[in-house]
Amino acid sequence: MNNFKYLAIVIALTAFFSCNNNSEKNVDTADTAKVKKTESEAIPEMSIYNLPSHWTNQNGEEIELKDLQGKVVVMVMIYTTCKAACPRLVADMRNIEKQVPEEKKDDVQYVFVSIDPETDTPERLKAFSKENEMEDEKWLFLRGTEADTREFAAVLAVSYKEISPMDFSHSNIISVFNHKGEMVHQQEGLGVDNKETVQTIIDLAK
Amino acid sequence: MKLYSPVLFLVFSLLFCEVAAQNDKMALVKGGVYLPLYGAENKTVKVEPFLMDIYPVTNTDYLKFVEEYPQWKKSNVKPLFADKSYLTNWKDDETFQGLPNAPVTNVSWFAAKKYCECQGKRLPTMDEWEFAAMANEKMQDARRIETYNQYILNWYETPKTFNNPIGETFKNYWGIYDLHGLVWEWTLDFNSVLISGESRKDVDKDSNLFCGSAAIGASDLMNYAAFMRYAFRGSMKARYSSQNLGFRCAKDVEN
Repeated sequence: MNNFKYLAIVIALTAFFSCNNNSEKNVDTADTAKVKKTESEAIPEMSIYNLPSHWTNQNGEEIELKDLQGKVVVMVMIYTTCKAACPRLVADMRNIEKQVPEEKKDDVQYVFVSIDPETDTPERLKAFSKENEMEDEKWLFLRGTEADTREFAAVLAVSYKEISPMDFSHSNIISVFNHKGEMVHQQEGLGVDNKETVQTIIDLAK
Repeated sequence: MKLYSPVLFLVFSLLFCEVAAQNDKMALVKGGVYLPLYGAENKTVKVEPFLMDIYPVTNTDYLKFVEEYPQWKKSNVKPLFADKSYLTNWKDDETFQGLPNAPVTNVSWFAAKKYCECQGKRLPTMDEWEFAAMANEKMQDARRIETYNQYILNWYETPKTFNNPIGETFKNYWGIYDLHGLVWEWTLDFNSVLISGESRKDVDKDSNLFCGSAAIGASDLMNYAAFMRYAFRGSMKARYSSQNLGFRCAKDVEN
């Protein structure tokens, strides 16, 4: 079992570091099975699912962003040791979730991406989800490599900087993506009026 | 099999040559401790030794890259990774305009990052870049030297320096050219700049866009030259490209 884990890591690393055409093709073939399901719907060019990054969730499972395809995704970047803004961002996310009507709730995935992957191990993320009573499947906590995290933040136009081993400054942005991973809306700031964000989610969700 | 071995040998030696050649064009920056203009207030940052390209990436270099990795050609690039101004001056997918040894500009952060990864390198971090760039010809840290700052400010006032060839500015303490005087350059963590620009909403420290915004203050407000650079970085997004923005690569020092 351990061997498999290592193998998976090696494959993930290879996929991440490789940049030649051949290996990208290989990755494509490996994903063909998944893609076939949605054959008619190719990934649009502005979709975040074009990013080849690999992530680990709060249950220690490896996932690719692509795995989120098919749901409305509401995403925010935080770190679990944050005392100032993040609790408010978490509250904002919860607040948004509450306003989505029951029949649409299943179509929405809420994702917290850690900007402090070193501290935020899957165990730490799991504990954080418990502390915040966010253990339902609709709450997803992700950590990736530092490089993938930096790249992902670049896509979301989120800025962040480590200001001490315990603290980061970061922009407070909640992003909404459609079923294909295209960014539809961004809400900037803490505790701001989220009417527009909620409406976007309701309009998108089936 | 008989045929393969010499071919393989050739391929490997070529690869080796290429790697060696790339390192030839890099300079060792020995690292050290410095006080950045922005970041944690009055906190020094330690920069580990690293290798940095002596020159920015040129039009010729970049053409070679897009030929090898066609997904980064002007007509193929995904809009997630580059906006419409990507290689905007190129006549077509494989024809740049301007000097072959002028720095390539109008490339997005994603493209620059990929380019470096494909050379077995990476973009320099902002701290690495700033550390290397605070040198003048003679000193590691010339930020308090008037002529150093005047040079940068004069450059800001000179139009279209991006058309100039590489290597015509001064060779700095580390043996690196063109960190000032030619083009601005992408850094790996350009999006760690949290000063005005990204949203233009953070004009006061109470802005709720940033957490910890009070931690950001210029440790030397006199350093207007550097301030401009940080502000520019803060205004960029990863898919943006700009006529006066190029890049160079860096690499960890292998022990």
